[in-house]
Amino acid sequence: MSAVATERRGVEVAAGQPLRGQRGRRWTSFVLPAFTRLVILYLLVPIVIMILYSFNANTAANTATAPKVSFRWQGFTGSWWRQWNGVPDLTVALKNSILIAVTSTIVATILGTLLALALVRYRFRGQGTTEMVMFLNIAAPEIVLGASLLSFFVLTNFPLGLGSVFVAHVMFNIAFVAVTVRARLAGFSRETEEAAQDLYANPWQTFIKVTLPLIWPGILAGGLLAFALSIDDFVTTNFVAGQTYTFPLWVFGAVKVGIPPQVFVMGTMIFTVGVFVAVINIVSGRKKT
Amino acid sequence: MNDDRSDEGRIDSAFLRGVTQRRLSRREVLRYAGTGVGAAGLAAFLAACGAKSPSPGGTTSVAVGTPDWWSKQTQAGILNFANWPYYIDTSKGEHPTLETFTKNTGIEVNYRPVINDNAEFFAKIKPFLQQGKDTGWDLMVLTNGPQLSELIANNWLIPLDLSLLPNFTANASPLVKDPAYDPGNKYTVTWQSGFTGMGYAPEAVQALGRAPTSLADLWDPRLKGHVGMMSDNTELGSIGLLKLGIEPSTSTPDDWTKAAAELEKQKPLVRGYYGQPYINQLQDRNTWISQAWSGDIFIANQSGYPELKFLVPKEGVMIWHDNMMIPALAQHPLDAITYMNYAYQPLVAAKLADYIWYVTPVPAAKDIVLNQLQDPTVAKSPLVFPDTAMDQQAHQYYTFKGQEDLTEWNNTFEPIIQS
Amino acid sequence: MEQYVRADHPVLETGKTRLGKRLAPYALTAPGALWLLIFFLIPMGAMLVLALETPVQTTGFVSRGYQFTWHFGQFGEAFRLYHTQLFRSLNYATIVTILTLVVGYPVAYWIAFYGGRRKTTYLFLLLLPFFVSFVIRSLAWQFILSDDGIVIRNLERWHIVPSGFHILSTTTAVIAGITYNALPFMILPLYVSLEKIDRSVVEAAKDLYANKRDVFLKVILPLSVPGIFAGFLLTFVPAVGDYVNAEILGGTGTTMIGNVIQFEFLTNNDYPMASALAFILMVGLLIGILIYGRVLGTRQIEEYV
Repeated sequence: MSAVATERRGVEVAAGQPLRGQRGRRWTSFVLPAFTRLVILYLLVPIVIMILYSFNANTAANTATAPKVSFRWQGFTGSWWRQWNGVPDLTVALKNSILIAVTSTIVATILGTLLALALVRYRFRGQGTTEMVMFLNIAAPEIVLGASLLSFFVLTNFPLGLGSVFVAHVMFNIAFVAVTVRARLAGFSRETEEAAQDLYANPWQTFIKVTLPLIWPGILAGGLLAFALSIDDFVTTNFVAGQTYTFPLWVFGAVKVGIPPQVFVMGTMIFTVGVFVAVINIVSGRKKT
Repeated sequence: MNDDRSDEGRIDSAFLRGVTQRRLSRREVLRYAGTGVGAAGLAAFLAACGAKSPSPGGTTSVAVGTPDWWSKQTQAGILNFANWPYYIDTSKGEHPTLETFTKNTGIEVNYRPVINDNAEFFAKIKPFLQQGKDTGWDLMVLTNGPQLSELIANNWLIPLDLSLLPNFTANASPLVKDPAYDPGNKYTVTWQSGFTGMGYAPEAVQALGRAPTSLADLWDPRLKGHVGMMSDNTELGSIGLLKLGIEPSTSTPDDWTKAAAELEKQKPLVRGYYGQPYINQLQDRNTWISQAWSGDIFIANQSGYPELKFLVPKEGVMIWHDNMMIPALAQHPLDAITYMNYAYQPLVAAKLADYIWYVTPVPAAKDIVLNQLQDPTVAKSPLVFPDTAMDQQAHQYYTFKGQEDLTEWNNTFEPIIQS
Repeated sequence: MEQYVRADHPVLETGKTRLGKRLAPYALTAPGALWLLIFFLIPMGAMLVLALETPVQTTGFVSRGYQFTWHFGQFGEAFRLYHTQLFRSLNYATIVTILTLVVGYPVAYWIAFYGGRRKTTYLFLLLLPFFVSFVIRSLAWQFILSDDGIVIRNLERWHIVPSGFHILSTTTAVIAGITYNALPFMILPLYVSLEKIDRSVVEAAKDLYANKRDVFLKVILPLSVPGIFAGFLLTFVPAVGDYVNAEILGGTGTTMIGNVIQFEFLTNNDYPMASALAFILMVGLLIGILIYGRVLGTRQIEEYV
């Protein structure tokens, strides 16, 4: 039963489902979707505030040279948007963050998926140990993680910068991806794959055309989580970044004295790009498994 | 070498040993890196590969930091400067005083505001210093405190040659000369200073029926649930001592216990112990009265919260200093000390004061801010240019003598914050 | 976890493929395991060993490193000093996990079964707020929930809460903060395992059972157990070690073990104590995870399908 067929069936069935009483219908047609939308809205509340206050005119006298975000509404202005690039360090930091998030997510997703495949599908020596190491990795407090990694980098003369941050991010993301993909793989029937192999597909073809599409939602979910973790990481990154900035590092540092409105502007830009991508996805009507 | 000579000699030989010979023997690395499964072996192997300490510019026969050594340094044309955020004049993403510095001296400044917290930054450079490696910084700014004391005790700073700092000698305020934490300014010169006093909102005046005047107001039951204190236990403990009329810089562990008891009594009234976000609590009116840093209130006033006020309580305020210093094995020390000297020019100090809004160590800057830069708000503010009355009310922090001292203080005051 | 190949499978015939199959798990595991070994196990191990070491005796602030002294008393000391914070963290994390499960399960369920073509979009929208820095989210929440802010002022006006009520700087705020940040880490794994449930199984159950509740409790829920376990892992575990929510949203009496480790490491310079606490945290959680996995019978469930 391919996932595509299942989904079609799922949609068909839901549409043609006989009414099992008002309660049943109401639950799935109204309550659940409303609840989901409510949760999404709840998650978006701080974003709305951020977008709103990126237009706040902080017109106090001396802040012309050092404009700071203020939560006291003082009037509408588009000037922060015009000067979105006004804090060059911040722009560089954002670029770094995105670069590292994208690259480390890709690598961590690959490594984590491979790990998940191995752990679920096979029995081998060291399996239990690998699992425990993964759990320990998720449980490790970041400050000890970061400090120990820094010591290690210094000892081995590993240069601190984008490279060291990349390495660290992959390190703490592998386990998250692996756990997520495992949830997908667990209990998966291998019938389809064996059917493919019966038809003399080689392992590589089986993997690409059968296995991968089946576990793709798990990989995607793991990748999204890894990306979110990477782009928002502070403590570990703080220790191993050397002289480079990432977005969270810059913002955390500035928040003590007051962040510039450009931070809200950039946050809004990130968010808008994301919404844009989501809209494109809906509009293009691509079927996703 | 005989270690028991004068202070000068002792520092020379110890530092020399650390710099010229391999700092950590294989055995010590084994112990330090631990004897975990395979970790020690691998770590020791890697250490053997990496533990060669680079010698600072110059020969090894001259002790680092002496006038002789300094005379042999050459300007490299680069300066790696680590500082706190918003701690230097900024205009449209550029730093005018740094640009003038580059124009005058030809030294390019790689300025990075990466320091958010003394302990955190110190934890980041410590592995380098412990392993005898260059931290990557030539100039950094840290507050006086246990981290600075540890840096000095372990010879992890390059001693300064005051003959290369004539602007400092001529223009620095007496408050920053020869401080208790760095006698004779051997390793540091102050960048900016600040006061820790009290901040309050109009709601506090309403509740008390009058404006607050003393530290005791932080203990007033009428303000219950709206009192903010700092989570930095050095600040918290010092305020407790001040309230009891004890001078923090000369206090004893017995005094600390008394102060802790006093702070415990205050606890039911306290809304929370905050770090830097204390100012947000005040702005949002979650707290009505709080410990506060002088510059923050000034900044808040200019950012849409003119109703917040800074108070110098009658018991006095604490004064802290953020200091410039050169870490050991810095690659461009002469460039660093050149900048230190530049920062003490009155015009430069004035431009910095006009932006940073904390206490400048150069009193002569006041006139320049008033007349040349035409900024009376800043020039007349006692928070930026304190008068003698203010100076007399400024108390110094306790200088920790060592790790046991520090642990004792921490164990006395931290339980109040971390219950 | 055992997935044996059927005995009559053609692949078994070729000796070459059998060796390939034997080596396959090691080849798959190697890259990830190596990365974790070099950049996690070794550095972490070196740091954790400090728990058993004591600083070499010196005067003042001079540091001469540590020496290995088998100082197991460190763990007892750590537990004695901070068991309150440890149990408090476990407590908070449990509440957080239950909350995220209760809130997240319906969301994951709806997206998985009724999300249709827009499934991925919904997931993406769920995570979008998290691409915008944690600092911004916290600042916004602090502003919204402040004593004088929109929420509290209106709650007081409608007499839902007494005047003088505050959310910030309380345990509730800390738990709410951790929950907010943990939601996607529960929803996504749940979704992943719910989405793969074969609809025909659900249909068959509906044909056999009278009400939807039984279909859910007896078919869907058990099949989503791997997702629940994964969600628990990615929610509970990081929540225990969280420090930043307690720091920003907490008040008195909300200190968590993460804050304690931060203090001991940075402020008190006590690396052995910090390492001992980290060790207790990590190993304690590991044991908890293993027990929980056993109780849930994750392995057995997989064998049913």
